Amino acid sequence: MNNLQKTFCCVVRPKRKNDPRSNGYLADVRALGITGVEEIICNDLYFIRGIVNLNQVSRLAGELLHDPVTHEVETYIINTSAESHEVITQMTASHGMIDVALRPGVTDPVADQIVRAAELLGIDGINAASTGLRFFVKGEGVSEKKLRQLAERLFANAVIQRYALEPITPSFSEAAEASGQVETIRVRGLSSSGLLKTSGDRRAALNLDEMLAIQSYCLREGRDLTDVEFEMLAQTWSEHCVHKTFKSRVVVEHVRSDRTFPAAYKHLFNQTIRAATRDVNANWVLSSFRENAGIIEFDGEHELSFKVETHNHPSAIEPFGGANTGIGGVIRDVIGVSAKPIASTDVLCFGPSKTRLDDLPTGVLHPRRIASGVIAGIEDYGNKMGIPTVNGALWYDPGYIANPLVFCGSVGIAPRGSNPHGIVPGDRVILLGGKTGRDGLRGATFSSMTMDAQTGEVSGASVQIGAPIVEKGLVDVLMPARDLGLYHAITDCGAGGLSSAVGEMISETGGDIQLADVPLKYPGLVPWEIWLSEAQERMVIAVPPESVAELQGLCDRFEVSLTDIGCVSSTGRTRVYFHDQIVLDLDNQFLHHGLPQRQYTATIRQPRYLPGETVDGSQLPEIDFDKTLLDLLSHPNIASREPIIRVYDHEVQGGTVVKPLCGIRRDGPSDGCVIKPQMGKGRQAFVLSNGLNPEYGKEDPYEMTRLVMDEAIRNAVACGADPSRIAVLDNFCWGDPTNPETMGDLVQSAQACYDTAVRYQTPFISGKDSFNNEYLGMDGARHAIPPTLLISALGWMPDWEQALTMDLKRTGSLLFLVGEFKPAFGGSHYNLIHPERKVEEGLPECALKNPEIYRAFYSTVTRGIISACHDLSEGGLGVAAAEMCMGGRRGARIELPSDIHPARALFGETSGCLLVEVRPANRDLFLSLMESIPCRFIGNVLEEPVFKTVLKGNEVFSVGIPELLRAWKNESVEGETE
Amino acid sequence: MKSKALILFAPGTNRDQDVAAALQMAGAETDIHPVRSLYEKKQDWSTYQMLVVPGGFSYADALGAGRLLALDLTSYFSNQVQEFLAAEKPVIGICNGFQALVKAGILPETREPGETPRATLTFNQSNHFECRWVTLKAVSQKCIWTAGLSDLLDCPVAHGEGNFTVLDDQYTKALLENDQVALVYSKPDGNPADGVYPLNPNGSIGDIAGVCNPAGNVLGLMPHPENNIWTHQVPDRANRPDHFGLPLFVNGVRYASQL
Repeated sequence: MNNLQKTFCCVVRPKRKNDPRSNGYLADVRALGITGVEEIICNDLYFIRGIVNLNQVSRLAGELLHDPVTHEVETYIINTSAESHEVITQMTASHGMIDVALRPGVTDPVADQIVRAAELLGIDGINAASTGLRFFVKGEGVSEKKLRQLAERLFANAVIQRYALEPITPSFSEAAEASGQVETIRVRGLSSSGLLKTSGDRRAALNLDEMLAIQSYCLREGRDLTDVEFEMLAQTWSEHCVHKTFKSRVVVEHVRSDRTFPAAYKHLFNQTIRAATRDVNANWVLSSFRENAGIIEFDGEHELSFKVETHNHPSAIEPFGGANTGIGGVIRDVIGVSAKPIASTDVLCFGPSKTRLDDLPTGVLHPRRIASGVIAGIEDYGNKMGIPTVNGALWYDPGYIANPLVFCGSVGIAPRGSNPHGIVPGDRVILLGGKTGRDGLRGATFSSMTMDAQTGEVSGASVQIGAPIVEKGLVDVLMPARDLGLYHAITDCGAGGLSSAVGEMISETGGDIQLADVPLKYPGLVPWEIWLSEAQERMVIAVPPESVAELQGLCDRFEVSLTDIGCVSSTGRTRVYFHDQIVLDLDNQFLHHGLPQRQYTATIRQPRYLPGETVDGSQLPEIDFDKTLLDLLSHPNIASREPIIRVYDHEVQGGTVVKPLCGIRRDGPSDGCVIKPQMGKGRQAFVLSNGLNPEYGKEDPYEMTRLVMDEAIRNAVACGADPSRIAVLDNFCWGDPTNPETMGDLVQSAQACYDTAVRYQTPFISGKDSFNNEYLGMDGARHAIPPTLLISALGWMPDWEQALTMDLKRTGSLLFLVGEFKPAFGGSHYNLIHPERKVEEGLPECALKNPEIYRAFYSTVTRGIISACHDLSEGGLGVAAAEMCMGGRRGARIELPSDIHPARALFGETSGCLLVEVRPANRDLFLSLMESIPCRFIGNVLEEPVFKTVLKGNEVFSVGIPELLRAWKNESVEGETE
Repeated sequence: MKSKALILFAPGTNRDQDVAAALQMAGAETDIHPVRSLYEKKQDWSTYQMLVVPGGFSYADALGAGRLLALDLTSYFSNQVQEFLAAEKPVIGICNGFQALVKAGILPETREPGETPRATLTFNQSNHFECRWVTLKAVSQKCIWTAGLSDLLDCPVAHGEGNFTVLDDQYTKALLENDQVALVYSKPDGNPADGVYPLNPNGSIGDIAGVCNPAGNVLGLMPHPENNIWTHQVPDRANRPDHFGLPLFVNGVRYASQL
């Protein structure tokens, strides 16, 4: 350490008293229910280290580190400047102080930029920088205990940050040297318990059969394993990477009364989801379940790819980083089929935001903090990548308090067939993008384990902050590289890092990899850590030697790092070196095909009530109609998403036709989004929508699955999609499959996926599953999530002008209810808001006629005679009609069917129904096209801004639109005075 | 001969292709150049009649939106930029590009190194990023991009640091008197937004959405007119057609072609 070297601290303070960011933190404190805090002042800290003097650093601070119009900056040498401590003593007389800094090794993009920028300013000699935050907290109850509570609950997350109640000592990342240290894992001669202990000690999540398979391999090879080999096997064989549960052999017990299931499945996935795609056999599906993303035909010249991933466990322990790297990961899946990412989706399941701090299980973050962190993480990544985030869903349930669900989706576009698959021996294995650290170590196995109170600490390394700009660089480089034909194969570094990416890429051929060449973030990584690291923003491609130079040129142009880490061989073995020491040498046959098939028992449960089993009207409770409607509109699962949607850029790339919010005031809830990609030269557009309903899942996983598939498809149809050209993705988030009931729920859902896909002729093109979404609290109690299936739909239309929105357009228009209207209360939101007056009955039955109904409706869409369309979902007809009124700021008069109890008609939930606006001039054509299809005239659009319902000529209730908006937005309405 | 636009591309720039499409539709040729290659190749800028700094998150907004791209403009490219300004060629900075031009001391007027800026773009009053459509009214007749635009202009904003803030209110007055306020946020009917959220989406003083330099050839604005050039981009076609963003680019290209 050079003794001329000094460390400086620059403190940047807002000039204004009411600084938005500081106020934001104060609001968060109150939202968390922490009392006694009156004021928070937030400063930025920049730590500068180097052989420089105070004047130089002050100049850097003045010109670069602050905005003189809004902020002031103070610079001092750490531990020597009395004056600086004056400021602190001054403040701490009235305020408590908390300093927060990133842990060493956590990505800090700003720090690197400071060093680069200083040189541009002609300030040389700075060799390191890092950043932090300083909080001054004022208030009655601000004790040290309170400060620590604030730090731990809000300001700092131990997973990536450290805090101090005095000036914090900065840490800097040092030049990186790896160590070649490799240990031998003894496998031969171990007893069953010994094998399981080894698996447990290394958090490998391998069961006895799998450990025994590894043991016999070792006996064949006549040696034990290196830690690199053991870790690669654990990762390659992890649930996350090979989906053992879905590939398992399943024995089925207790078949339910109303349906029969096979007595056994030889291979659950092949016999359900993949079988559906095979049997639908759609010629516009170009690739399904083969690559990182499913691919469909778009306009003759281009193909669309779509993938949805979950990032649940990381988001539970570090919400921002977890969601950040979740969206980053799924975007790389799309880059991994050589496509340009053009749209993102996010579906989020959280615990209720009103949960009391004291009611949280040990080691669990508050749902409000998880939600804000996750949303900020998606915002940060999607916006900075320049990809519009256009579709999503949000669901609150106590079952998600300890185990939130974060589904991230990405859509890409590429010229037809441009993704190469021609890897040959001799190709160079090229690593592109970010540096490698301990990030996400064992993430693949971690995500396959049940969480416990220690997970946060033990698996801390499993989460990190993403660097979207680095990932964007990968797109900037790889799209031209694809068009120039510079690579033979491509795959992304996700869970399992190089081990998974390179392992997959050379699984047919074999290859020799040199770990010593991999660029590192910081020193001390051992070979298995480099091989397994899940550092983000990295892609691996196989490049013919003659193309490497041209690729290097592209990388220089876009400031992307390129490293040659080895070559493709023809040995059929995966060999990894550290300098000249061989640290891994595995037979691909065993590595990729040696995993023994798992065996599970599934117990099919009988639902309490069968689908469509409803009580007589006379048994329905007396209800206050308008109050019930307003309560439903303000329910967190139904209320306006505008505050979230607005923080996502949904316009970048200029293709968004139907926005997430629509209507005259641009706040109506769209059923899906429609995008006309800039790359497509024709008029074709695609639709994104989704279906999700854990409330149904609790009652009956089979019917839930049919209903959410119907909802995803219905939402796409409601946006104008062609029902014969919709592809879907499955994302299962389930509990522990070794529990026969949990497995039974999975079998029911998977079988329903097959049955429904074939009936609707809607193929699955991709999917992902996440198991062990359960949590063992200190109390020893098991917190499981409801069986949750997300169906994401990718629809298509020949002409964007066909696109529909849900807002009422024109006074005097006619309203029709299209579909088999059979509302039921089982799993309904009516039951959720009236627990005491629950109507105990079955889920709505998913009508068999729905596909036929959608086809007929589509024939009216292509005629351009539909003014508005909205689907009936949570909250039923009442909520759907109210939302259409709000979207168009126009009233409606709904005549309730005389043959159904008004409560049931308004708030019961049904499958397959659309509420449609048609102009009187188009009435006859509409009805002729809908002949023989269930479709009833149900009302008119009114000039008067009021939603009213009548039954047999008598008014049931009427509510003004401003009142609807207040309830639905949980606020007073803005801009209404214009 | 078609006028040629140089579109600067920094790591994190993301509306480069959106603005290229708008300029092409307005009749210009466009070249998108990464700053790194521009710098190393010592590319000649004099063959270009227009300079465009597009939207995005250059350098991930590290140290504040546009700050590091501004540093590139004042260090690597200061000569080329000065030549552009001296020749009074059309220059436009949109969103992140606007932020960069302000922090580089090019807007609202040329600032000497070390001189304290009198205006900046800071965090939205709401303290968060916001994407929504707004209505803009063209005010400045001096600004070659907005002169003669009679129609209102609808387009999205998508930013977290678009709050135009000044050191002292006198300066706002000066900008108005000097006809440097190019675009203001307004109600759909063209009346002033009067700072009312969300019509004025970020709390900018005087509803200022865009300003030009004293010469009128350099325009910076937060909203994205390049994202309203096709009918399919218009959110509520049924009730509010037209009000496209294209005329602004047509203005700039026409001016450039007369150079």
